[in-house]
This record gives sequence, C-alpha cells and structure tokens, in this order.
Amino acid sequence: MGADFVTLSLTPILIGALAAVACALPGNFLVLRRQALIGDAISHVVLPGIVVAFLVTGAVASLPMILGAAGAALVAVVLIEVVRRLGRIEPGAAMGVIFTAMFAGGVLLLEQSDTSNVHLDVEHALYGNLESLIWLDASGWGSLTDPVALAGLPPELGRIALTLVAVALFTGIFWRPLSLSTFDEGFARSLGIRTGALGLALVVVSALAAVAAFDAVGSIIVIAMFICPPAAARLMTDRLGAQVGWSIVFAILSAVLGYVLAGYGPGWFGLGASVSAAGMIATVSGVILALAAVFGPRRKGAIVAT
Amino acid sequence: MLWEALTLQLGYNATLVTVGAALLGFAAGVTGTFLFLRKRALVSDAISHATLPGVGLAFLLMVALGGDGRNLAGLLAGSALSAWVGLLAVSFLTRRTRLAEDAAIGAVLSVFFGFGIVLLTVIQSLGAGRQAGLEDFLLGSTAGMLRADALLIAGGGALVLAVVLALRRPLTLVTFDPDYAVARGLPVARLDLLMMGLVMAVTVIGLKVVGLILIVALLIIPPVAARFWSDRSDHVVLLSGAIGAVSAWVGAALSATAPNLPTGPMIVLTAFAIFALSLLAAPGRGVLAAALRQNRFRRRVHMRQGLLALAHGQPIYEGLTLRLLQRAGLVRPDGVPTEAGQARAARALRDEARWAELRAGPGNEAAAALHDGVRDIETVLTQDQIAEIDRRIGGPRGVPG
Repeated sequence: MGADFVTLSLTPILIGALAAVACALPGNFLVLRRQALIGDAISHVVLPGIVVAFLVTGAVASLPMILGAAGAALVAVVLIEVVRRLGRIEPGAAMGVIFTAMFAGGVLLLEQSDTSNVHLDVEHALYGNLESLIWLDASGWGSLTDPVALAGLPPELGRIALTLVAVALFTGIFWRPLSLSTFDEGFARSLGIRTGALGLALVVVSALAAVAAFDAVGSIIVIAMFICPPAAARLMTDRLGAQVGWSIVFAILSAVLGYVLAGYGPGWFGLGASVSAAGMIATVSGVILALAAVFGPRRKGAIVAT
Repeated sequence: MLWEALTLQLGYNATLVTVGAALLGFAAGVTGTFLFLRKRALVSDAISHATLPGVGLAFLLMVALGGDGRNLAGLLAGSALSAWVGLLAVSFLTRRTRLAEDAAIGAVLSVFFGFGIVLLTVIQSLGAGRQAGLEDFLLGSTAGMLRADALLIAGGGALVLAVVLALRRPLTLVTFDPDYAVARGLPVARLDLLMMGLVMAVTVIGLKVVGLILIVALLIIPPVAARFWSDRSDHVVLLSGAIGAVSAWVGAALSATAPNLPTGPMIVLTAFAIFALSLLAAPGRGVLAAALRQNRFRRRVHMRQGLLALAHGQPIYEGLTLRLLQRAGLVRPDGVPTEAGQARAARALRDEARWAELRAGPGNEAAAALHDGVRDIETVLTQDQIAEIDRRIGGPRGVPG
C-alpha cells in the first residue's frame, strides 16, 4: 500500500464506490416500486445524449455531455410515458421500444460523425474508463494533505461526490413520503403527498445519479448498481432503513473488491494485463446477489410479496 | 445503390445476409408477439445480454483446444448455453426469492454483461487483434461476413420461423388463456419453455447481424407496432412477423449501401419508423384515428345541444355550435332557425323526452345505459318500443282523466 496505490488505485476506487452508492440509494426505491428497469433504460439513452452534445459543441467536454445525457434521459422518460398512454401499451414494452430506438440512433450518429480524433466510442460508453482516472499529482499518502496535489485530483471525483451528496439529501429529506408512497401509494395520497410528482422526482434523481456515474464509470456499473445491491439488501432484512444500509455496504464492497480483483487479480494468475474494472465490479455485485439469494435470511419474507 | 440492395443485386453474400436477416426478422416478430402478449417483453433483454459470457468462454475454450476461436457455430453454441443459464437465473430469482421479475431481469442482464466484458478484456490481454470479431457481437456487423456464417444465419432464421409458424396455434392459446390450455390438455409448462427457447434461438442467430444490445428491439417493436392494426391474435402474429421481416430487409439493404451505416441500428430504426407510423396512422387504435373520433363526438354534442337550445327558444352564443348549425343550414346567420332547423330541433326535443321516459321507467336498464346525450333513440329501440314510450309521454300532462 505505497505511493503507487495512492497514485493509481485510490481515486478509481473512491470514484467507483461513490458512483455505486449514488446509484444504489435511489435503486432501493426503484426495486421496491418495480421500476428497476428504469436504470437500464436511462443508461442506454445516455449514449445519444452525449453524442448529440458532442456534435453540437464539437468537443469532448464534460459539462455539455452531462447536460446532453440528462436531457436524453428526460426525453426518454417523457417518450416512454407518451407511448404508454397514447398507444395503451404496457410499460415494459413501451420502455423497450424507446430505449432501443434511442440507443440505435445514438450508435448511428456516432458512426456517422467524425470522432476519429477524439476519445468517444460505444465501447467507452459501455465500460467506462475507471482505470484511467488516476491521480497523477500524488506522490504518496502525504499528498492527501497537500493542496497542490489535491488540485490535481480527477474532476470526476468532485462531480460524483457532489452527485452523491445531492442524492443522499433527496433521500434523507423525502424519506418519509418516499417510503410511504413506495409501500402504499393510496395511503400516501390520502395524507396529501403528491405521489405523482414524487415518483417523477425519484426518476429524475435516478437519472442524475446515472448520468454522473456514467460519466465516470460507464453504463454497466450504472445498471448493476441500481439493481444488484438493493436487490441483495432486500433479501437481508424486512426494514427499509436496514435495507438501505445493507445496499450501501454491498455497493461499496462491490466497487472496492471488483476494482482490486480487476487490477490485481489477473496478476495472481500470472496474466500480465488487468481486466475491465467496470465489468468486474458488476460481476462482484452479481456474486453478492447470488449469495444473498441462496443464504439471505429474508429470501421469502414473512409476508409473501405478490 | 439502395434499389440494388433492396432487390438483392449486391452479390451473393449481401443477398444471403439480407434474406437471412429478413427470415430472422420474421421469426423474431412472430416469437416476440407471444412474449409481448404475455407481458414479458423485457425478459428477452436479459436473455440477449446474458449471451456475452458464453461468447467469451466459447472463444477461450476453442482457442485452448487449439482451434480457431472465431468459429461462428461454436460461438453461437456458447452464447446459447449462457443465455440459458441467464434465463434460469431470472426464473430462480423470481420464483425462489421475493424479488420481482424486473429486478431479476436487471440484475441478470447487468451482471452477465459485466462478466462478459471481463472475459473480453481477458481475451484482449491474451493476444492483441485476435478478439477483433467478438466486439462485433455487441452491435452486430455484416461487413466481411463469411459465406458459411451467412448460410448459418439464413438457415437458422428459416428453421426458427418454421417452428414458430407450425406451433403458433398452441402458443396463442397458452398466451391468452393458460387455464383453458391446461384444460385442453396442452403441456403449458413445456410450451412456455419452448417459447423462451425460441426467443433464445432468435437472439443467438441475431447476435452477428443485429448485435446483443439491440436484438431485443426486433422482439419488441414489431409486435407493439402490429398490435395497433388488429385486435385478432392470428393477424397480429403474422403482421408482426411481416413488420420484422420488412424492417430487417430494408435495414440490411440500407446498411449495405454505405459505410458507417451499422446493420443493427439501421434495422432497429427502420422498425421504429414503422412503429411511429402505426402509432399515428393506424385505424382504430392510432392517435390520428382517436383524435378524429373525438372531434366527431364533440361536433355531435355541440349539434345536439344547439338543437335543444333552438327547441327551447334559447339564444346560442357558442361559436362552434353556431358554425355547425349554420353549415348544416339549420339556422340563419342572425341565429334564427330555418324551417329545417325547427323540424330538427323538435325532433331532438322529442328524442330527449323519449330518453327521459326510458331512463325513468323500470325494465329497460340495458337500453337506458346506452344514453350518452348524442345517440338517437331509434338506434337503440325497436319501432314498437318507441311507440310504447310515445303512448306514455304523448298527450297533455297534468290533466285528470
């Protein structure tokens, strides 16, 4: 755990863990509300958003791309709702129609535009580039107190930390109405909670988390972290507060363990290069879910959910 | 160029790919209909993403055995196997734990896909360049396809299509009424399994052409589009197949006309264009038809209310009502009813009185329930019944004896 670790691994692990928690927090409510696949849809439509932002601004800059991705996520949510209502189609199919079409449009735009001299391709969008978010200015643990070195931290770290704060604030402030409307929408409405607006706000916050996490780590981690840690946590406890706690633990565990396995694991088997950290984090979260599904204390629940 | 592509004049391989894609599209459209009608459309998303680890493992295995890792048949066999494992995982999570199906689908698709990416990077680290073909499975690519591969795809598409068409009656029955299907002695569990097997076959065959991220669109968009045009399941099935075939044909042809037009996205966007057209223009369920229907209803309400106002001698101020009455020649521009207008107004008033009598009395609830303020009573009751009502309301009221 020397200077190399601080330079090469500390920031990717931190960014991965923060992104994982930022996605897992709203994921808890999405899983309980049977909207788990919203994360899937959002992470697909982010691609056309960043491609359009690139075509408009002509540069790979973070802010326009985040705005483009957020805009695309919003457009997708609205389109899904429009198709669902106008066509009287079940939500799953409406979602499938919109996100595949938007993703296809994004790929086509990307192939048509000249991106040969910039780092923008489908693979990057899918797996992200966690390994490259290194802290070049660090020379060891001492750099953590060195303002000059701290200024050289990758900007993704600040963005994802800010996003996590925003997501956590949303969850904390609206905890009661959120949990009430998740478990008993009718009762929540009778208390005067505007469940429709709250549901939309949850989707918007999820989109925000997805877009910020996507910027740092790619869409695979986003989908996996929306669903796997909350789903595993759901099998551990009957209480919402405890479930959220478990999901945070699982999310951090997946991120740290996944990154370490991807970065150092191949070396243990005598392979030279490392493997995709994003893919490995998703894999670890899946292993945790599998363990919870087989050994979790609340696999079925006292009251059988229908 | 496009015309040549559409009419299969771009060489033997391009022709095979186009025909194969169309067969695949037809099979996907038909299979997807059953999935869509059972409201399980997104299960196919889990299946398609779950193919990736199988592709990677099959490549590694074939290389370890000293063969060519890019053998398409071997890769597809591996992808089918891991898709099956993914499907089992979805059904395990749904049945044996309290997680809902959407969470199970999302978990399986992201974890399997993530693991597949790990395997791809392992393959990358083994030897640069040799994995080049594998990335094509993400988004599909028909450029530089081997003849044997094109034949495999065309043959596989035809086979799946034959199986679905042969079994479409029992599958339809299971889709709409599983209980009745059990009573008829159909093996419902096995047919369900077969349906998933067909979805898997379509996915695996489509991997090379459409790619695993977008193949789900070929299973979802055609049935959703077809549903707008018909309420009959056998029509929806065939129509969905036709839409899938046309999308794949046109998409593959478009993609062949220029570089940088990847096949998968072109097919999906063609399908989406057909969907958008159906959403807007389909008779019955389409948006345009619904808007026209609503407009017609609005006019009838205004007309009726206007006539009743005329009958009661009330002035009309509402613009649309006045315009409608004027256009029909029922009022003069100054708002005074013409002779025809007076006749129509009297008729509307009589109709209203008949309805009131019908709804007040017992015995005709079924007919009375049809009252919506614009329907003529002649369209609901027989002449005799109307005569009976007229007998009751006819004559001056409040006069004894």
